[in-house]
Amino acid sequence: MSEFLQQLVNGITWGSVYALIALGYTMVYGILRLINFAHGDIYMLGAFTGLYASRWFGAAQQPSPLKALLVLVTSMAVCAVLGMVIERLAYKPVRRSPRLSALITAIGVSLFLENGCVLLFGASPRFFPQIVEQRNLPLGFGVTLSNQQLIVIVVSLVLMLALRWLVLHTRVGKAMQAVSHNHMAAALMGISVDRIVTFTFMIGSALAAAAGVLVALQSPRIEPYMGILPGLKAFVAAVLGGIGNIPGAVVGGLVMGIAEVLVTGYLSPTYRDAIAFILLIVILLVRPAGIFGRAVAEKV
Amino acid sequence: MRVRHGMPLAALLAASLLAGGCGGSGKDELVIGEYGSLTGGDATFGQSTKLGVEVALAELQSEKQGKIGGLPVRIVVEDDQSQAQEAATAVQKLVNQDQAIAVLGEVASSRSLAGGPICQAAGVPMISPSSTNPKVTQIGDYIFRMCFLDDFQGRSVAKFATQNLGLKRIAILKDVKSDYSMGLTEFFTAALKEMGGTVVAEQAYQAGDPDFSAQLTAIKARNPEAVYITGYYTEAGLIGRKARELGITAPLLGSDGWESEKLLEIGGEALNGSYYTNHWALDQPDPQLQAFLKTYRERNAGSDPDAIAGLAYDAAKVLFGCLEKLAAEDPATFRALGSARAGTPERKAATAKLRDLIAQTKDFPGVTGTITLDENRNASKPLVVLEIKGGKKVFNTSINP
Amino acid sequence: MRRTLGPAAALGVLLLLDRWVPAATNDYHFQVLMLIGINIVLAVSLNLVNGFTGQFSIGHAGFMAVGAYASAKFSLELGKPLVASMAALPAPLAQGVALLFALTAGGLLAAVAGWLVGLPSLRLRGDYLAIVTLGFGEIIRVVILNVEAIGAARGLPDIPQWASFFWVFGTVVVVVTLARHIAASTHGRAMFAIRDDEVAAEALGVDTTRYKVVAFVIGAFFAGVAGGLSAHFLSYLNPSSFTFLKSIEVIAMVVLGGMGSVTGSILAATILTLLPEVLRPVKDFRMVVYSLMLVILMITRPQGLLGTHELTWTRLRGWFGRRAPAKGAA
Repeated sequence: MSEFLQQLVNGITWGSVYALIALGYTMVYGILRLINFAHGDIYMLGAFTGLYASRWFGAAQQPSPLKALLVLVTSMAVCAVLGMVIERLAYKPVRRSPRLSALITAIGVSLFLENGCVLLFGASPRFFPQIVEQRNLPLGFGVTLSNQQLIVIVVSLVLMLALRWLVLHTRVGKAMQAVSHNHMAAALMGISVDRIVTFTFMIGSALAAAAGVLVALQSPRIEPYMGILPGLKAFVAAVLGGIGNIPGAVVGGLVMGIAEVLVTGYLSPTYRDAIAFILLIVILLVRPAGIFGRAVAEKV
Repeated sequence: MRVRHGMPLAALLAASLLAGGCGGSGKDELVIGEYGSLTGGDATFGQSTKLGVEVALAELQSEKQGKIGGLPVRIVVEDDQSQAQEAATAVQKLVNQDQAIAVLGEVASSRSLAGGPICQAAGVPMISPSSTNPKVTQIGDYIFRMCFLDDFQGRSVAKFATQNLGLKRIAILKDVKSDYSMGLTEFFTAALKEMGGTVVAEQAYQAGDPDFSAQLTAIKARNPEAVYITGYYTEAGLIGRKARELGITAPLLGSDGWESEKLLEIGGEALNGSYYTNHWALDQPDPQLQAFLKTYRERNAGSDPDAIAGLAYDAAKVLFGCLEKLAAEDPATFRALGSARAGTPERKAATAKLRDLIAQTKDFPGVTGTITLDENRNASKPLVVLEIKGGKKVFNTSINP
Repeated sequence: MRRTLGPAAALGVLLLLDRWVPAATNDYHFQVLMLIGINIVLAVSLNLVNGFTGQFSIGHAGFMAVGAYASAKFSLELGKPLVASMAALPAPLAQGVALLFALTAGGLLAAVAGWLVGLPSLRLRGDYLAIVTLGFGEIIRVVILNVEAIGAARGLPDIPQWASFFWVFGTVVVVVTLARHIAASTHGRAMFAIRDDEVAAEALGVDTTRYKVVAFVIGAFFAGVAGGLSAHFLSYLNPSSFTFLKSIEVIAMVVLGGMGSVTGSILAATILTLLPEVLRPVKDFRMVVYSLMLVILMITRPQGLLGTHELTWTRLRGWFGRRAPAKGAA
């Protein structure tokens, strides 16, 4: 029983990470109907930015909560700007193009980021320093929570709640909702669609970057291709929860994380990557709109 | 109708225009190929190999102006990025394009298994400095190694665990991507059973996996007295850290795949109290070893070599020695090594002779021990068990074959 | 007489080249040539699905993997004894027969995989179809990772090297001919209709599901054959060669050439196979250049080099002097 509980804790930790990444996917898809393949690579860049930020702030030599926070915030800020740049340069020109072209553009941006990083940082993996001292917190029932796992879960929760507040209770959030319903109508209402799209990208990228730093805290190996699979899995999580739906992305992410850890621990680690796609296929065949989504009839 | 033939033919012509033997050099020289993982997950293996070979080459430069039998020696290094298919491509290039007369490599058994068949088919001798899986030399009679085998190594770990540490219940974490790890796991499990121990859990991972908490949680639930991580240093370090985070306090065991300067960098304090089997211990008083240490430190700003570098040095020295011998005993054949192009009968005869000389290696005074190759082209050498204490690798005991 | 002249001439040319090319080129250039041939087969097979029928499939590497492993295992278990039993025949002939069997087995198994993937997926559209096919491709790869009998994560070595120039480029000729014939037939028109406007096609009585599945299956078959050729040429298989990245490489070829243009796929496959070799001196930049090319292409010329047109002599003449003929002269 305690083994199961421990696996559950592991699963929730990873699930929180997937949820953060999935949020970015779901928001961008809601607004642009575009699967941003490069999103997983923003997550990777978040980890690398965090690596350099921790060097700059000296967070490894003298770890402190303040420095760790600085690393996180810096990483989020840098990647938000990066998200904006990518959107302006690569996605804006293809906004009116067929979906296939936009998808290929996204794939191209993704490859560019990955290989650009190989060029910049080298292909060998790097190791994220320990910017938070590791401590074990026994929870009873034989379950141990490491303080790094706790940080991941808590920070993710905080960010998700912040996003929810943003979308539901601010003007910008309402504008985001409006644009995701209908670009034309939103524009007619005086909303600058371009600005909102860019803003959405920035928020999504910031969340992905946060996920990158949080993951690096507890799995310190980072390398340029680390974003591909988590990115895909997070997308599956978003679909699972209902693409375009924010609470759905969170639930989807948690389900994905737990399923993956349980499969790895009880079945076989080599099936870890497949479980995400099996879930995807099942969901698309059984309930394509996702857990929280609403089926939309296609009008001709 | 015409278009169908048009395009493929046009492409053919264009490609054919590019044809026209490139590769190979104009003047006579001895080209030795070296392939290793200079980048990727096992980067220190390839880098150490390179540094070890460079020491040997530097000695050749200072003693003989870098020449053997009057012909200059040139070493071509290819990076296989820690991937088996790249290893095969790299060896193809070395053998076919660079026309190497012999190849040094690889460290990881999986990559030696990928590159070996190419050397065997081309009749080019390959000396692996540190691949320990038995299958490597089974590829053919042109493949040699400078180190001990995993049946001995796995057995030794079992022996150490049961006799020296007095443990019986051991969990294993193996890397399914690595022939080395899988082979070692098998040999260890069989030996442990013989010695009265049991494998209480056997979990697997893939090199490159981001997370090991699921497997470690499963292992923890079985309450092992020790955890044997049969993979390479990067994962060993990461797994060690994760194990401590999850509250596993049992000692960790490893083998020569752990040998890297990065092991402690990655694993940190988590690895204190662990043991691993290796080819040498730096504090051994062996004169050859100490001399090599001194030279290496001078060349590399005071840093220490790992066993991989030592084995690579020995492999290069054995090869150079055999080339000297060939130049002295059979100058005509030796000259063919330098001048004949790959694939010609003179060249094949020459590399065959080289192969024979390598196979006769007996009592070679290597820095990693005395090297004698048996009829299966393997070396029989003792191993040492290192203990990690206070962030340092310390000699614990040695086990003879 | 006329109908057999073409194939006979093609056969003759291939046999001649099979003799001449390996002797005239060094191992390295020969390898590049063979890879070009294999990539052409892959690109054209994917074009049937993406270009002709407009279904966005990005799991093609999975079908290639199925064909590769199936044909390799077939050769290792059944092919070798078969060749041994035909010792009376000259070696290339015996090996060729064994290879033919192996490739057919691989292709058929890949076609079955294509059918299994196609059936459920093809009721999805656009982005979702893309992700599901990607998912299937990954699932296939992970399954292979777990089957010990074909080497699992460590790969399958020592596959007999029976794929010669004749077989690789023979397959190229077959695939290209087939694609051109389909394009010119009513079936092809139905597929193009589905690509242009699926709802309208359905309304006009085209059985869209059937055609989509057929395109998938044929595409998968040839991807499997390409995989088999690759296995019997490189002699070593590893699941990590068949990831999502490999699928993207093939998509890049189809997109660069122009979705729906067979000659475009041939051109693009050739260019994109030569590119990494040509850029070898600056190989660190190679992938960066590659990805930039994709992005710029989509922004500036999304229809690729040839769009939906084929490269004919008339068009070539048009490029070099006289005006190109009116659209649709493919």
